[in-house]
Amino acid sequence: MFSLGDIMAEAFGLILTWDRNLSEIVILSLRVTLSAVALACLIGLPLGAVVGAFRFPGRGVVTLLLNTLMGLPPVVVGLFVYLMLSNAGPLGILGLLYTPTAMIVAQTILVTPIVAALTKQVIEDLHGEYTEQFASFGLTARARVAALLWDARYSLLTVALAGFGRAVAEVGAVLIVGGNINHVTRVMTTTIALETSKGNLQLALALGVLLLGLALVVNAAVMALRASAVRAAYA
Amino acid sequence: MFRRHLLSLALAALAFGVTAAQAQDDFIVVQSTTSTQNSGLFEHILPMFQDKTGIEVRVVAVGTGQAIKNAMNGDGDVLFVHAKAAEEKFVAEGHGLGRADVMYNDFIIIGPPVDPAGVAGMTDVVAALTRIAETQAPFASRGDDSGTHKAELRLWNEAGIDVQAASGTWYRETGSGMGATLNTGTGMGAYVLTDRATWIAFGNKGDYRIAVEGDARLFNQYGIILVNPERHPNVKAEAGQRFIDWVLSDEGQAAIASFKLDGQQLFFPNAGG
Repeated sequence: MFSLGDIMAEAFGLILTWDRNLSEIVILSLRVTLSAVALACLIGLPLGAVVGAFRFPGRGVVTLLLNTLMGLPPVVVGLFVYLMLSNAGPLGILGLLYTPTAMIVAQTILVTPIVAALTKQVIEDLHGEYTEQFASFGLTARARVAALLWDARYSLLTVALAGFGRAVAEVGAVLIVGGNINHVTRVMTTTIALETSKGNLQLALALGVLLLGLALVVNAAVMALRASAVRAAYA
Repeated sequence: MFRRHLLSLALAALAFGVTAAQAQDDFIVVQSTTSTQNSGLFEHILPMFQDKTGIEVRVVAVGTGQAIKNAMNGDGDVLFVHAKAAEEKFVAEGHGLGRADVMYNDFIIIGPPVDPAGVAGMTDVVAALTRIAETQAPFASRGDDSGTHKAELRLWNEAGIDVQAASGTWYRETGSGMGATLNTGTGMGAYVLTDRATWIAFGNKGDYRIAVEGDARLFNQYGIILVNPERHPNVKAEAGQRFIDWVLSDEGQAAIASFKLDGQQLFFPNAGG
């Protein structure tokens, strides 16, 4: 029905005829997802590091819980956040439903377990190597977590990227809490869903190609950042 | 040092979030349906209203069933849907203040050119559905409690056919919006009941054509309701009422009538009728 060539041509057409509408959608996608990933890192990195570095009762349960929550269905997160933020819900008074903030909240919930669970694994492995050093320096627990996170920073960038990938690709949560309102809460994935439902399949696929391109740019930027940081560190 | 990084990340994230929360106050949220949104009607008429009043209209386009439930939760100022019985119940239960007719169009049944049930050209929709059931030709239903789904179930009921018993065989419930159901239905060679506006605007028709149209029972009325501000104090009653008044005014009605796609008028205003 469609050739790959047609779709790529349409995608390039989109880029060539780039308009305000498209910028709006792309910028909002990035804004929502990057904010959510940043917040998820803020919660997930220390949480994962603590679980990874220390032994405490219930650690197995926490690990199991984090690993399970990595599989949270976006639609379920969307519904949960909707019920919280709805005017009939406990946080309705904030008036956040159908705003980008609601979308950030939903994606943060979605991504935090991924960041935490992967961080836990990274830190746990690293901690094994550092145990004796830590003991000889007599570091406090806080200093240990900070040192581990700092030394694992490059691996943790990949963790953040895994979270970014999940958030930028999901549609179920942002559709429910954002409402896909034109010029307000419409992002790449909800636009793709909308165009699919309008039967504009080629345009929808072209937007998908564009979304992948966006993810590629973000990943490349992070890789470049990492490479230059590594060079600086060993220079 | 890492913590300082985290802190700046957090501040950046919050800054993002706060600008989002500071959205302008002069807007209303309208809970509406996919047919009005996907056809492009709102993009045609809303700029006119905004130019005149400065009020931005934010449309959440979902199935009528979900739109009504969202409005019951107070998540919207105006309800603009097409399921008269459900709308009247919404008002009777005190969720909304009054209900007014806005416009109408009609439902049609679309089908594949091979026409396995032999219904092409029929104008008696109940007879056509009966024939589809008898021949067990595939039929794709919304199955999502939307206005179109309710209308379809009413027609099956009139035909005396229990579609639930056939669900999963020739009767297939997609549980999704009109566009998604059209994509699925045309993909599996099924008949689909759709509103005419969505069909005309639909970009993936393939070789499908209209099989059944022109029955008075396929009439599709749209109504508009202000969500009850006494029940939901957050409702922007004044701005919402201004929107309703405009839609029902000569100017709003003319705006609806002037919306054409492929030279065809998609919605026919009938306020006050």
